[in-house]
Amino acid sequence: MAKPDSALSTTRRRHLQWEAMLAIVLVVSLVAGRVLSPLFLSGANISNMLADFTEIALIALPMTLIIVAAEIDLSVASVLGASSALMGVLWHMGLPMPLVIVLVLMFGTLAGLFNGLVIVRFGLPSLAVTIGTLALFRGLAYVLLGDQAIADFPASYTAFGIDTVGNTFLPMPFVLVIAGAVVFTVVLQATPFGRSLFAIGANPTAAQFSGIDVAKTKLRLFMMSGAMAALAGIVYTLRFTSARGDNGEGFELSVIAAVLFGGVSIFGGRGSMIGVLLSLVIIGVLRNALTLADVSSETLTIVTGALLLSSVLIPNLVARWRAAREKRLMAQAL
Amino acid sequence: MKKPIRFPRGPALAAALLAATVALTASAADIKSGLKIAFLPKQINNPYEVIADDGGMAAIKEMKGEGKVVGPSDAGASSQVSYINTLITQRQNAIVIAANDANAVVPYLKKAMSQGIKVVTFDSDTAPDGRQVFVNQADSEAIGRGQIQLLSKLIGGEGEFAILSATPNATNQNTWIKWMQEELKKPEYSKMKLVKIAYGNDDDQKSFVETQGLLQAYPNLKGIVAPTSVGIAAAARYISSSPAKGKVVVTGLGTPNQMRAFVKNGTVKAFQLWDPGQLGYLAAFAAANLASGTITGKEGDSFDAGKLGKRTVGKSGEVILGPPTTFDAANIDNFNF
Repeated sequence: MAKPDSALSTTRRRHLQWEAMLAIVLVVSLVAGRVLSPLFLSGANISNMLADFTEIALIALPMTLIIVAAEIDLSVASVLGASSALMGVLWHMGLPMPLVIVLVLMFGTLAGLFNGLVIVRFGLPSLAVTIGTLALFRGLAYVLLGDQAIADFPASYTAFGIDTVGNTFLPMPFVLVIAGAVVFTVVLQATPFGRSLFAIGANPTAAQFSGIDVAKTKLRLFMMSGAMAALAGIVYTLRFTSARGDNGEGFELSVIAAVLFGGVSIFGGRGSMIGVLLSLVIIGVLRNALTLADVSSETLTIVTGALLLSSVLIPNLVARWRAAREKRLMAQAL
Repeated sequence: MKKPIRFPRGPALAAALLAATVALTASAADIKSGLKIAFLPKQINNPYEVIADDGGMAAIKEMKGEGKVVGPSDAGASSQVSYINTLITQRQNAIVIAANDANAVVPYLKKAMSQGIKVVTFDSDTAPDGRQVFVNQADSEAIGRGQIQLLSKLIGGEGEFAILSATPNATNQNTWIKWMQEELKKPEYSKMKLVKIAYGNDDDQKSFVETQGLLQAYPNLKGIVAPTSVGIAAAARYISSSPAKGKVVVTGLGTPNQMRAFVKNGTVKAFQLWDPGQLGYLAAFAAANLASGTITGKEGDSFDAGKLGKRTVGKSGEVILGPPTTFDAANIDNFNF
């Protein structure tokens, strides 16, 4: 019995190592940001920085769960766009705003259910299915709104997108991120559902045999993802007072980059929400600090790309190095 | 009526220089030095925007200000917002923006204005409450009328011609075509006849086929006007390899880089477009004047725009660059965009 226990503690220790590394990177980026610009730590700037990654964070929360379960959802940004377009259309039909919001959230959930059903019922890889629905939902967004934009949302709602909480620097929509982060952290790390995701990600067949309803779990995951993407679509629309079919184009890659940099294994079964939250903040800090220092957007893209690559490469190299060392030790012992 | 084709480069330049010498003293005195002016294009590295931004930077240099160009690498509706926020944090004196979305940036530009930062839009406007001045390339009327004036000169004032437009519901093109038809009503064009408006849908292949169709359907066709950069290039490409080359005039709106080969091989004698460099140049002067307090952006305000001379703010804060530039074999090599 000692063996599996120690194996578990090894993975946990590796998580802690990655999280500790992220924490160090965060501190370094904060210091670098302060050195690059004295304005970096001003309240207004922190406010902008937090607001900038609201949508990415909202979508990254369920994406973490999905990737832990060794699946992926590439359609999230398109669901965001379609939700934004739908929000505009429903508002123009004269529906009251609270009803519009409820309907858009329902749409997102249904879009996620659709993804989940196709994946589960036909046993297809989520990568292939959600590439398809990435195009499908984006197409739907353009069907709904064409190339026009709807911008006449009520001021009380758009104020939610732009204002901060009281006199603090905390942007209103960021409250949703904080609430979501708490909920998703608990779900992933302290519930049977969350633990079942790690089991599914590590070995779906074994998970099935140990009594986990894999199909149902996956359906739930994709519904959550759709609903959160729709919520991000609503926030995005209010923040920019503009419902457009092309809203959020390409966000899926930023989301996945943040999740992987957070230490979640692309092969599933490993990862922690704390890591992803740290990674979101680091990417936000870096982007903001570099922009403030007038670093060009191309360089920003390169930095983000390098981060992602290192998050995939470093654990892999470390694992290889460890395996090689163990092999050497074994050889010596023999 | 000033005919743009009659004054392509030389005289206009001379006039501008003259205006500049008059203006320089006035502007040097009125514009504060060391103004921080940031250009925020739709997308960094978009060739058209780069020319415009370069024009703006040149103007800021003349005014002894600190200019810079920042912007997103994608043209998404919201991607300019974090740059606006950063510019506010950096306390720039003015922001000159070509907006990706007429509404998405407005709340943030309003925030900038509420903190005393002046906002000028160019190339692509926002809702009017998002900026103080909009620098427009040219008014639709001048573009539409200018196209007929140029065509008339090229075909000798008589004969059948066709228009090759973008899509049937393209707002810009339809407005220009309306003004072309308005200009045609003048007696001096009585011998010119518009036989058809064809639509190439801004698709290269469709525009190519439409050109072919026009030549077959109207054997006496003397000219094709394509007020769209896709259409004019496709029409020129068809004509350049057909027996109609040299007999059927192709003109319209296009960019020098795209049309250079057809001008050199004689398919196209002349075509038009505004000079994006001048657009950026004018926008920078508008921004500097706002930031110096010499204008507020209300109708009737006027300011000196360096080598472009005096400009006046029109209705709803619009400043117009002026009639489009005409490009021909003599001047096309001076332009790279």
